[in-house]
Amino acid sequence: MPSKKLDITMNPLKGIIYNCRKATFLADKKLEGKISFVENIQLRIHLVGCDACKLYLKQSGKLTAMVKDLMKTPVGSNVRLDSDFKEQLQERIDTHLSKN
Amino acid sequence: MATPPESHQLDPKNWVKAYADYLYMYAITRVNDAEQAQDLVQETFLAGLNAMSKFAGKSSERTWLTAILKNKIIDVYRKKASGLRTQELVNTGGEDADFFDATDGHWKAEHAPQPYGIENYDPLEGKELRGILKRCMEKLPPLWQSVFAMKHMDDEATETVCTELKISPANYWVIIHRAKLNLRACLQKNWI
Repeated sequence: MPSKKLDITMNPLKGIIYNCRKATFLADKKLEGKISFVENIQLRIHLVGCDACKLYLKQSGKLTAMVKDLMKTPVGSNVRLDSDFKEQLQERIDTHLSKN
Repeated sequence: MATPPESHQLDPKNWVKAYADYLYMYAITRVNDAEQAQDLVQETFLAGLNAMSKFAGKSSERTWLTAILKNKIIDVYRKKASGLRTQELVNTGGEDADFFDATDGHWKAEHAPQPYGIENYDPLEGKELRGILKRCMEKLPPLWQSVFAMKHMDDEATETVCTELKISPANYWVIIHRAKLNLRACLQKNWI
Protein backbone atom coordinates (compact mmCIF):
# COMPACT_ATOMS: atom_id res chain seq x y z
CA MET A 1 0.00 0.00 0.00
CA PRO A 2 1.45 3.34 -1.01
CA SER A 3 0.14 5.15 2.04
CA LYS A 4 1.94 2.77 4.36
CA LYS A 5 5.20 3.20 2.50
CA LEU A 6 4.88 6.95 2.81
CA ASP A 7 4.35 6.56 6.51
CA ILE A 8 7.57 4.65 6.93
CA THR A 9 9.66 7.13 4.99
CA MET A 10 8.15 10.08 6.86
CA ASN A 11 8.50 8.48 10.24
CA PRO A 12 12.11 9.47 10.92
CA LEU A 13 11.14 13.11 10.54
CA LYS A 14 7.84 13.05 12.31
CA GLY A 15 9.32 12.61 15.77
CA ILE A 16 12.06 15.20 15.42
CA ILE A 17 10.66 18.39 13.98
CA TYR A 18 9.13 19.58 17.21
CA ASN A 19 11.18 17.55 19.64
CA CYS A 20 13.99 19.49 21.34
CA ARG A 21 14.75 16.60 23.69
CA LYS A 22 15.74 14.42 20.77
CA ALA A 23 17.37 17.23 18.84
CA THR A 24 19.73 18.11 21.69
CA PHE A 25 20.69 14.45 22.02
CA LEU A 26 21.54 14.37 18.32
CA ALA A 27 23.38 17.67 18.66
CA ASP A 28 25.69 16.15 21.27
CA LYS A 29 26.21 13.08 19.11
CA LYS A 30 27.05 15.29 16.17
CA LEU A 31 29.64 17.16 18.22
CA GLU A 32 31.38 13.85 18.85
CA GLY A 33 31.33 13.06 15.16
CA LYS A 34 29.25 9.93 15.73
CA ILE A 35 26.01 11.00 14.11
CA SER A 36 24.51 8.87 11.34
CA PHE A 37 23.45 10.22 7.97
CA VAL A 38 19.73 10.00 8.76
CA GLU A 39 20.19 11.48 12.23
CA ASN A 40 22.10 14.38 10.78
CA ILE A 41 19.28 15.17 8.38
CA GLN A 42 16.78 14.97 11.23
CA LEU A 43 18.87 17.35 13.28
CA ARG A 44 19.33 19.84 10.47
CA ILE A 45 15.62 19.93 9.76
CA HIS A 46 14.92 20.58 13.42
CA LEU A 47 17.50 23.34 13.65
CA VAL A 48 15.99 25.24 10.73
CA GLY A 49 13.02 26.05 12.90
CA CYS A 50 14.50 26.06 16.39
CA ASP A 51 16.77 28.86 17.63
CA ALA A 52 16.95 27.42 21.15
CA CYS A 53 18.53 24.19 19.90
CA LYS A 54 20.79 26.10 17.51
CA LEU A 55 22.11 27.94 20.52
CA TYR A 56 22.34 24.69 22.45
CA LEU A 57 24.54 23.15 19.74
CA LYS A 58 26.84 26.15 19.79
CA GLN A 59 27.09 26.28 23.59
CA SER A 60 27.51 22.53 23.95
CA GLY A 61 30.45 22.63 21.54
CA LYS A 62 32.03 25.44 23.51
CA LEU A 63 31.41 23.51 26.71
CA THR A 64 33.43 20.55 25.44
CA ALA A 65 36.31 22.85 24.61
CA MET A 66 36.12 24.40 28.07
CA VAL A 67 36.03 21.05 29.85
CA LYS A 68 39.04 19.81 27.89
CA ASP A 69 40.85 23.02 28.69
CA LEU A 70 40.00 22.62 32.36
CA MET A 71 41.19 19.00 32.50
CA LYS A 72 44.41 19.58 30.66
CA THR A 73 45.73 22.68 32.31
CA PRO A 74 46.84 22.65 35.91
CA VAL A 75 44.68 24.24 38.57
CA GLY A 76 47.48 26.60 39.49
CA SER A 77 51.10 26.61 38.44
CA ASN A 78 52.15 26.66 42.11
CA VAL A 79 50.70 23.23 42.88
CA ARG A 80 53.48 21.22 44.47
CA LEU A 81 53.60 17.98 46.34
CA ASP A 82 54.13 18.48 50.06
CA SER A 83 57.88 18.44 50.82
CA ASP A 84 57.58 16.22 53.91
CA PHE A 85 55.63 13.75 51.84
CA LYS A 86 58.35 13.85 49.22
CA GLU A 87 61.03 13.13 51.81
CA GLN A 88 59.09 10.12 53.07
CA LEU A 89 58.69 8.91 49.52
CA GLN A 90 62.40 9.27 48.87
CA GLU A 91 63.14 7.25 52.00
CA ARG A 92 60.77 4.49 50.95
CA ILE A 93 62.38 4.31 47.53
CA ASP A 94 65.89 4.28 49.01
CA THR A 95 64.92 1.50 51.42
CA HIS A 96 63.44 -0.50 48.60
CA LEU A 97 66.55 -0.06 46.45
CA SER A 98 68.95 -1.02 49.23
CA LYS A 99 67.09 -4.31 49.72
CA ASN A 100 67.68 -5.37 46.13
CA MET B 1 73.68 3.27 8.56
CA ALA B 2 70.81 4.16 10.86
CA THR B 3 71.69 4.26 14.50
CA PRO B 4 69.37 2.36 16.80
CA PRO B 5 67.12 4.55 18.92
CA GLU B 6 68.65 5.54 22.20
CA SER B 7 67.50 3.28 24.96
CA HIS B 8 66.06 4.90 28.06
CA GLN B 9 67.28 4.02 31.53
CA LEU B 10 65.52 4.00 34.85
CA ASP B 11 67.00 5.97 37.71
CA PRO B 12 64.60 5.52 40.64
CA LYS B 13 66.84 7.39 43.08
CA ASN B 14 66.02 10.47 41.10
CA TRP B 15 62.27 9.89 40.68
CA VAL B 16 60.97 12.02 43.52
CA LYS B 17 63.13 14.97 42.56
CA ALA B 18 62.42 14.73 38.85
CA TYR B 19 58.80 13.62 38.61
CA ALA B 20 56.94 13.88 41.91
CA ASP B 21 55.54 17.35 41.25
CA TYR B 22 54.72 16.57 37.65
CA LEU B 23 52.86 13.36 38.53
CA TYR B 24 51.09 15.06 41.42
CA MET B 25 49.87 17.79 39.09
CA TYR B 26 48.78 15.19 36.55
CA ALA B 27 46.84 13.32 39.21
CA ILE B 28 45.22 16.30 40.90
CA THR B 29 43.81 17.75 37.70
CA ARG B 30 42.16 14.39 37.10
CA VAL B 31 40.96 13.24 40.52
CA ASN B 32 40.39 16.65 42.05
CA ASP B 33 41.38 15.54 45.55
CA ALA B 34 44.76 16.50 47.04
CA GLU B 35 45.07 13.58 49.44
CA GLN B 36 44.07 11.01 46.85
CA ALA B 37 46.49 12.57 44.34
CA GLN B 38 49.31 12.18 46.89
CA ASP B 39 48.46 8.54 47.42
CA LEU B 40 48.39 7.96 43.69
CA VAL B 41 51.87 9.39 43.26
CA GLN B 42 53.17 7.15 46.03
CA GLU B 43 51.46 4.08 44.57
CA THR B 44 52.89 4.93 41.16
CA PHE B 45 56.47 5.04 42.42
CA LEU B 46 56.06 1.82 44.39
CA ALA B 47 54.46 0.05 41.44
CA GLY B 48 57.26 1.40 39.26
CA LEU B 49 59.91 -0.02 41.58
CA ASN B 50 58.26 -3.43 41.44
CA ALA B 51 57.92 -3.34 37.67
CA MET B 52 61.42 -2.14 36.83
CA SER B 53 62.36 -5.44 35.24
CA LYS B 54 59.53 -4.95 32.74
CA PHE B 55 60.82 -1.60 31.54
CA ALA B 56 61.94 -2.08 27.94
CA GLY B 57 63.59 1.30 27.47
CA LYS B 58 61.34 2.21 24.59
CA SER B 59 59.71 5.18 26.26
CA SER B 60 61.14 7.84 28.49
CA GLU B 61 61.13 7.33 32.22
CA ARG B 62 58.51 10.04 32.63
CA THR B 63 56.20 8.56 29.98
CA TRP B 64 56.52 5.17 31.61
CA LEU B 65 55.68 6.45 35.09
CA THR B 66 52.80 8.53 33.70
CA ALA B 67 51.33 5.43 32.08
CA ILE B 68 51.40 3.63 35.44
CA LEU B 69 49.71 6.61 37.09
CA LYS B 70 47.10 6.82 34.37
CA ASN B 71 46.07 3.21 34.96
CA LYS B 72 45.73 3.96 38.65
CA ILE B 73 43.53 6.98 37.88
CA ILE B 74 41.30 4.82 35.69
CA ASP B 75 40.98 2.47 38.66
CA VAL B 76 39.77 5.41 40.73
CA TYR B 77 37.19 6.28 38.09
CA ARG B 78 36.08 2.68 37.91
CA LYS B 79 35.56 2.47 41.65
CA LYS B 80 33.71 5.76 41.67
CA ALA B 81 31.52 4.60 38.81
CA SER B 82 30.48 1.31 40.35
CA GLY B 83 27.50 1.33 42.64
CA LEU B 84 24.47 3.53 42.17
CA ARG B 85 24.74 3.02 38.45
CA THR B 86 21.23 1.70 37.89
CA GLN B 87 19.66 4.49 39.87
CA GLU B 88 21.67 7.10 38.04
CA LEU B 89 20.62 5.88 34.66
CA VAL B 90 16.96 5.51 35.50
CA ASN B 91 16.80 8.82 37.25
CA THR B 92 17.74 11.77 35.04
CA GLY B 93 19.70 13.07 38.01
CA GLY B 94 21.60 16.30 38.18
CA GLU B 95 20.15 19.59 39.27
CA ASP B 96 16.99 19.58 37.25
CA ALA B 97 14.84 16.53 36.79
CA ASP B 98 13.91 17.48 33.27
CA PHE B 99 14.52 20.33 30.88
CA PHE B 100 11.83 19.36 28.39
CA ASP B 101 8.08 19.21 28.36
CA ALA B 102 6.97 15.63 28.91
CA THR B 103 4.28 15.69 26.26
CA ASP B 104 5.73 17.55 23.28
CA GLY B 105 9.48 17.46 23.95
CA HIS B 106 9.88 21.24 23.74
CA TRP B 107 12.31 23.12 25.94
CA LYS B 108 10.53 24.27 29.07
CA ALA B 109 10.57 28.05 28.90
CA GLU B 110 12.67 28.46 32.08
CA HIS B 111 15.30 26.00 30.85
CA ALA B 112 15.67 27.10 27.23
CA PRO B 113 19.24 28.09 26.32
CA GLN B 114 19.92 31.82 26.55
CA PRO B 115 22.91 33.56 25.05
CA TYR B 116 25.22 34.26 27.99
CA GLY B 117 28.67 34.73 26.64
CA ILE B 118 30.19 31.26 26.83
CA GLU B 119 29.97 31.34 23.05
CA ASN B 120 32.82 33.82 23.14
CA TYR B 121 34.76 32.13 25.94
CA ASP B 122 38.45 32.84 25.81
CA PRO B 123 40.55 30.28 27.73
CA LEU B 124 43.10 32.94 28.61
CA GLU B 125 40.58 35.21 30.30
CA GLY B 126 38.24 32.59 31.57
CA LYS B 127 39.48 32.09 35.12
CA GLU B 128 36.22 32.86 36.87
CA LEU B 129 34.21 30.84 34.40
CA ARG B 130 36.56 27.90 34.95
CA GLY B 131 35.83 28.01 38.66
CA ILE B 132 32.10 27.92 38.00
CA LEU B 133 32.49 25.09 35.50
CA LYS B 134 34.49 23.10 38.00
CA ARG B 135 31.85 23.47 40.68
CA CYS B 136 29.16 22.54 38.18
CA MET B 137 31.06 19.37 37.25
CA GLU B 138 31.34 18.38 40.90
CA LYS B 139 27.56 18.39 41.14
CA LEU B 140 27.19 15.68 38.50
CA PRO B 141 26.53 12.10 39.67
CA PRO B 142 29.80 10.14 40.19
CA LEU B 143 29.35 7.84 37.21
CA TRP B 144 28.79 10.79 34.90
CA GLN B 145 31.85 12.52 36.34
CA SER B 146 33.96 9.44 35.66
CA VAL B 147 32.73 9.10 32.10
CA PHE B 148 33.18 12.77 31.48
CA ALA B 149 36.63 12.98 33.01
CA MET B 150 37.93 9.91 31.20
CA LYS B 151 36.59 11.09 27.92
CA HIS B 152 37.96 14.60 28.09
CA MET B 153 41.24 14.36 29.93
CA ASP B 154 43.10 12.38 27.30
CA ASP B 155 40.58 12.19 24.47
CA GLU B 156 39.99 8.58 25.35
CA ALA B 157 38.13 6.61 22.68
CA THR B 158 34.47 5.84 23.34
CA GLU B 159 35.21 2.11 23.31
CA THR B 160 37.90 2.48 25.96
CA VAL B 161 35.63 4.46 28.27
CA CYS B 162 32.82 1.93 27.82
CA THR B 163 35.09 -1.05 28.47
CA GLU B 164 36.87 0.42 31.48
CA LEU B 165 33.70 1.69 33.15
CA LYS B 166 31.56 -1.24 32.00
CA ILE B 167 28.80 0.71 30.33
CA SER B 168 27.09 0.09 26.99
CA PRO B 169 27.63 2.53 24.09
CA ALA B 170 23.93 3.48 24.26
CA ASN B 171 24.26 4.39 27.93
CA TYR B 172 27.47 6.21 27.17
CA TRP B 173 25.67 8.57 24.81
CA VAL B 174 22.86 9.16 27.25
CA ILE B 175 25.36 9.98 29.98
CA ILE B 176 27.41 12.35 27.84
CA HIS B 177 24.28 14.10 26.70
CA ARG B 178 22.69 14.42 30.13
CA ALA B 179 25.95 15.59 31.64
CA LYS B 180 26.16 18.32 29.04
CA LEU B 181 22.53 19.34 29.47
CA ASN B 182 23.14 19.69 33.20
CA LEU B 183 26.48 21.45 32.88
CA ARG B 184 25.16 23.92 30.35
CA ALA B 185 22.16 24.71 32.52
CA CYS B 186 24.37 25.07 35.59
CA LEU B 187 26.66 27.50 33.77
CA GLN B 188 23.72 29.50 32.52
CA LYS B 189 22.30 29.72 36.02
CA ASN B 190 25.57 30.79 37.63
CA TRP B 191 27.17 32.92 34.98
CA ILE B 192 24.54 35.39 33.84
